[in-house]
Amino acid sequence: MPAALAVSGLVKRYGAVEALGGVDLEVREGELVGLLGPNGAGKSTLVKIAVGLVRPTAGQAALAGAVAGSLAARRALGYLAELFRFPGWYTADEVLLLHQRLAGSDGGAEERRRLLELVALADARDRRVEAMSKGMQQRLGIAQALVGEPRVLLLDEPTSALDPVGRRTVRLLLEELRGRGVAVLLNSHLLSEVELVCDRVAILLDGKVVAAGTPAELARPRGVEIETDAGLETIAGAGREDAPRLVAERVAAGRQVYGVRVLTSTLEEVYLEKVGGATS
Amino acid sequence: MITIIRYGMQEALRRKVFLVVLSLTIVFLGLFWVINHFVFRDVAHITPPEDVHVDSRTFAGAFMFGLGMFATLFLGVVLAVFLTLGVVSGDAERGLLQPLVVRPIGRAALLGARFLGAAAVCAAYVLAVYFGAMLIVGGTGHWWPDRIVTPGIELVAAVVIVTALSLLGSVVLSATANGIAVFMLFGAGLVAGLLGSIGHALDSHAVKTSAAVAAWVLPFEALYQDALRQITASTSGVTGFLLQLGPFGGAYIHGWGIRLWAAAYLALVAFGAALVFARRDL
Ligand SMILES: Nc1ncnc2c1ncn2[C@@H]1O[C@H](COP(=O)(O)OP(=O)(O)OP(=O)(O)O)[C@@H](O)[C@H]1O
Ligand SMILES: [Mg+2]
Repeated sequence: MPAALAVSGLVKRYGAVEALGGVDLEVREGELVGLLGPNGAGKSTLVKIAVGLVRPTAGQAALAGAVAGSLAARRALGYLAELFRFPGWYTADEVLLLHQRLAGSDGGAEERRRLLELVALADARDRRVEAMSKGMQQRLGIAQALVGEPRVLLLDEPTSALDPVGRRTVRLLLEELRGRGVAVLLNSHLLSEVELVCDRVAILLDGKVVAAGTPAELARPRGVEIETDAGLETIAGAGREDAPRLVAERVAAGRQVYGVRVLTSTLEEVYLEKVGGATS
Repeated sequence: MITIIRYGMQEALRRKVFLVVLSLTIVFLGLFWVINHFVFRDVAHITPPEDVHVDSRTFAGAFMFGLGMFATLFLGVVLAVFLTLGVVSGDAERGLLQPLVVRPIGRAALLGARFLGAAAVCAAYVLAVYFGAMLIVGGTGHWWPDRIVTPGIELVAAVVIVTALSLLGSVVLSATANGIAVFMLFGAGLVAGLLGSIGHALDSHAVKTSAAVAAWVLPFEALYQDALRQITASTSGVTGFLLQLGPFGGAYIHGWGIRLWAAAYLALVAFGAALVFARRDL
């Protein structure tokens, strides 16, 4: 079974600008991978190559075992661009109908109804795109990406315009999709969101992967915090496995222990550490 | 394919392209009728000098219909350009194209569908205006062209070639730049055509040659000139000679050579557009 998305040695140069400098990344079936990185890191470029909008300068990208951009690859994917627009005069239902036809989906009105419901746009079925707020358009964009039940979903900042409730809706939706075996690559600047929902995370910086792994792997231990009658004490560098010994020592020394907490860095801290202050 | 053709048509409807073109056309045809009405009223009173054998009705009819054909070509080109000028770059800049391109339909078919849709609309439009102008000249002046159908088809072909050029332009140029470029090409073609007439009147070899080169480089112009030539194909003598000198004088390069070249040219432009589009980053 080939990976849902596999890129290796991917290089993209726009003239003198190197957007990607040799990236390797894999997303397996049913896996949700978050792609993080500062502005200009190359996240969108990577996704555009994967969906065949942009041609790589060097390296390979394959989607569902087919070369990115090929017919077989395009049949397998659903894509939401970072900057997209639907014709203003189309209604939500018509946008989905257009994409059903283009994707060869035979889901019919039932599929369209279900998708609009998934993104909480059931009431806006007959509303024209030009009369929708940016967040509604983005939710419609997500529904569009799901037309035809794609095996691989590539979402470029799908929640950038959404309110907190909308983000939660999308998060639950992504979890449901993962449960159905859909592979998802998610570009985002919302670290907490990525941390909540992604199985694995890759951090891009200047076109290179500087960190990759599960959120737990990336979030290294930062110490153990113990609250005793002598006050709050932080033992830096200690991990979870050190906690029982540290508590036993305090008890043996006659202290009253009220609480123990293993400190781990958040994804945000890992991110800031890897990326430094970089943004462009 | 059908989906994309429909998509293109809906876009044009929405952008009020058809509305603008339709109103302009009605204004033009109305004006054209008025002008013809007065021209043929006056022509009836003109008697050329005894020794000049000019059929003034034929002359006026061919001249007026030539003017009508020029307007048909011009309006057809305007429609073609506005239907196609932003199909690739313009839509890509606005983010309209990307969601469509990643779908299985593929780039070549997408471009082909947009071409077919625009070409079909332009063809129907050009034929309507062409026959409208013919009815006006025929109705007011009782003059009918020597060939009825072929010139119309040649005008359609000319506009279809411009449609293809505009689509090719839309792959490499932004919408505005493309619009300007296509109209400039169109203008250059017209100038070359006039140059040809002048060159033949003066019998200047250099001018004739450059006009001929331009006609082969921009075959839509050559087709238009050939169409003009056809409407007076059987008009001979001084009348025919005088018409040849005028701005609607018709082609010096004509016949099947240029027609076949025009077809090949269209295929080359379409192939080139598909090739460049296939390699373009969006
Ligand atoms: N069409 C283009 N022409 C030239 N340079 C480009 C083009 N597209 C992207 N770039 C450059 O490539 C680099 C990566 O851009 P990309 O859009 O992939 O970044 P990103 O990680 O998606 O950023 P953001 O978080 O702002 O969306 C940037 O330096 C950008 O300026
Ligand atoms: Mg981006």
